[in-house]
Amino acid sequence: MTTIAAVILWFGVTCYAVFGGADYGVGFWDLTAGGARSGARPRALIDQAMSPVWEANNVWLIFALVVLWTAFPRGYAAVMSALFVPLSLAAAGIVLRGAAFVFRKTVQELAGRRLLGALFALSSVVTPFFLGAALGAVVSGRVRVGRAGGDPGWVSAWTSPTSLLLGALAVLCAAFLAAVFLVFDARRAGDEALERYFRRRAIASAAATGLVAIVGLSVLRGDAPLFLQRLLYQGRPFIFFSAACGVGALTLMASGITRATRALAAGAVVFLLAGWGAAQYPYLLPSSLTIAAAAGAPATLRWVLVVSLVAAVTAVPALAFLFILDQRGRLEEGAPVAIPQAAPPRYAVIVEDRSHRRPTAIRAHWWRRPRPQS
Amino acid sequence: MDGLSNLLAARSQMAFTLGFHILLVPFGVCLPLFALIANGYGLRHGDEAALRLARRWSHAMGVTFAVGAVTGTVLSFEMGLLWPGLMGRFGDVFGLPFMIEGIAFFLEAIFIAIYIFGWDRLSPRTHFRLGLPLPLLGFVGAFSIIAANSWMNTPRGFSLDAAGNPTNVRPFKVIFNPALRHELVHFLLAALLCAGFVVASIYAVGLLKGRRDRLHRLGFIIPFTVAAFAMPMQIVAGDRAVREVVKLQPVKFAAIELLAETATHVPERLGGRMTAGVATGGIAVPDMASMLTGFRRDTKIVGLDAVPPRDRPPATIVHLAFDVMVGAATALSLLAAWYLFAWWRRRDLPRSRWFLRAAVAAAPLSMVAMEAGWITTEVGRQPWVVYGLLRTSDAVTRAPGIWGSFAAVVALYAAVGTGLVVVLHAMARRWRTPVPEPLPGPYAPRGPLVVVVPRVPASTHPTHAAFDGDGDGRTTA
Repeated sequence: MTTIAAVILWFGVTCYAVFGGADYGVGFWDLTAGGARSGARPRALIDQAMSPVWEANNVWLIFALVVLWTAFPRGYAAVMSALFVPLSLAAAGIVLRGAAFVFRKTVQELAGRRLLGALFALSSVVTPFFLGAALGAVVSGRVRVGRAGGDPGWVSAWTSPTSLLLGALAVLCAAFLAAVFLVFDARRAGDEALERYFRRRAIASAAATGLVAIVGLSVLRGDAPLFLQRLLYQGRPFIFFSAACGVGALTLMASGITRATRALAAGAVVFLLAGWGAAQYPYLLPSSLTIAAAAGAPATLRWVLVVSLVAAVTAVPALAFLFILDQRGRLEEGAPVAIPQAAPPRYAVIVEDRSHRRPTAIRAHWWRRPRPQS
Repeated sequence: MDGLSNLLAARSQMAFTLGFHILLVPFGVCLPLFALIANGYGLRHGDEAALRLARRWSHAMGVTFAVGAVTGTVLSFEMGLLWPGLMGRFGDVFGLPFMIEGIAFFLEAIFIAIYIFGWDRLSPRTHFRLGLPLPLLGFVGAFSIIAANSWMNTPRGFSLDAAGNPTNVRPFKVIFNPALRHELVHFLLAALLCAGFVVASIYAVGLLKGRRDRLHRLGFIIPFTVAAFAMPMQIVAGDRAVREVVKLQPVKFAAIELLAETATHVPERLGGRMTAGVATGGIAVPDMASMLTGFRRDTKIVGLDAVPPRDRPPATIVHLAFDVMVGAATALSLLAAWYLFAWWRRRDLPRSRWFLRAAVAAAPLSMVAMEAGWITTEVGRQPWVVYGLLRTSDAVTRAPGIWGSFAAVVALYAAVGTGLVVVLHAMARRWRTPVPEPLPGPYAPRGPLVVVVPRVPASTHPTHAAFDGDGDGRTTA
């Protein structure tokens, strides 16, 4: 029973890594899209791709946290106590990111959009980093039961080489996933230039992720030898599959094939996390708290399973429905009556027509609210 | 840092983030309901104004839901970041409602996305039907969170072993604890009231400014009618809740009544405070509290002296918060009665401009009432986090620097709150201003050509057709 609860927890974390991760990665590409003019098209695609799904994706994190505290209350308390700072920063990042994203859609002035866009994109990079760093503290055995924030070594718990490695890896994985997903979105939008744009980025981020992962092995050997040993022993098949998926996605992307890359990219992340889960088993917090010792009341665990099954039969079809509608372009804004989402700036619309040889006059209209004509 | 200061900082941060989140909850639970009412009415009667209203509300709901989603995520971190002592010990006892809430929230996020983004891409009937689960899911979400909160007030459904750790957890008893029913009904009605009065107030401003078109009338009538009918029910529910508190948490009631010693013939004190263990100030109505509690002047009411001083809540705060809530509710009831009377007699809004002005004022008033009610129940629970079993001071984290974290949270939420108001206001302003061309990207127009504002008659422009930009009942030219 406790193992089943642990698998449910792992499932929540993994879904968050794939779906939430892709959302964070989208923010990464928003950050690196360049100036307001040159980055307008990738950002438009990013906005369109992310809008309908990001809230649902975010709920996986809540689900994982709630399962953690319901099924493994002692583990939750230990993690939250020891990792107060990185997790507070991650939570702040989540607020900033979500708020800035929805506000940016509504604000019209360029300066405001720039500011909100920068906040959204920056927090999209910072948040997965801190979540990864927190995970690094757990896997390297720096989170222990009874250790509270303020105890000696509580800062180094999440600034260790393992934490930095997993933080960086989280950001890169997110960027890789997002780039692959955005290739699909660009293709659906029929925009070949954008497809090439994100294909290049998918390849680059896949290569970077692989490189960091390989370098990371030596980091782990120095900093978390026990975890590395278990990763390469218990988690070996998963790590192998993860690498194979990653290389497969990279190869297909590089040879211009789009098919199956999405599944392969997601598979790389899922298997990586499966390797992590296998390496940690049977510990919730290596190596001070086993899953069995952390587990809550048996009746609660049974209900966790029941509620999760209810979730599986209600939320999963609904989520699939949402994704299908989204992928078929049934959930896009700017349809026939596009009034609510767009408006002109209230001042100075500059006309600058470069498509003609003949220089046209530069006119400016000062726009005011129209008065009703009587 | 000493423990007491840490406790105060952690309580401040939790209260602040929860107090912020609770302001958004009514909109998450009730805006879908209002939008669906307008949507259904518009479909059935072919009413363009109602449909436009539903569309607008769905977009406003998208923004408030998003901010509510992220502030809710923060709360699920803070439960452990600030209160590891609570979660480590009782997490498995009262975690289940949060899981149910997680699922309801999940489904709500999905269906809200479908509803908001499906306006023009799905058939109107399908779109409306796909919106129908939203109020139900909002209800389930509120139900589970209230179940967790009422459990903290009346913990049931488990036994304690010798070491004081919970065993033999019975999740059904946890969820359906004695305080659930009155807290849930009271909160759901409060959510209807807040959302109703706030949404209506926005259209009341428009009506006052002379935008007396169908859209503004409907925008006022739908939410205000819901709130006006909820108001008398809330009075009954509130009375019922107080009677339950008398039975279940007499010390909390003593704090509400500012009653130091157990007594009969207890006066009802309006205002006033507790200084050095004695109630002072305010207006005391003789025997009224006893009368209200037991319908007899000599009803005995338990005072704060029933428990040792260290187990008493800060009575002044609880009492004043309760008075503010009841005062605000009384004022709102008068307003609701005025509206219902006018509607009964003339099938129309009251003609007086003072009614609309009062309706504008009802928005902040209802929000204040909700916050005050929440302070009453939560501060009245102190010094316990799990009533009678776990002290808040034993649950708090030992991590240093909570004051810094609190300051950062205040700054962040102030920015987000300001942004939310500015954005909603900008949306409203834009709805009154006809739009020539949608901007494609999030930053700049696509392609080199910046479209000039066309000065064409509204009727000839496709996006202007039948668009009542300034809300005067005509399409603008």
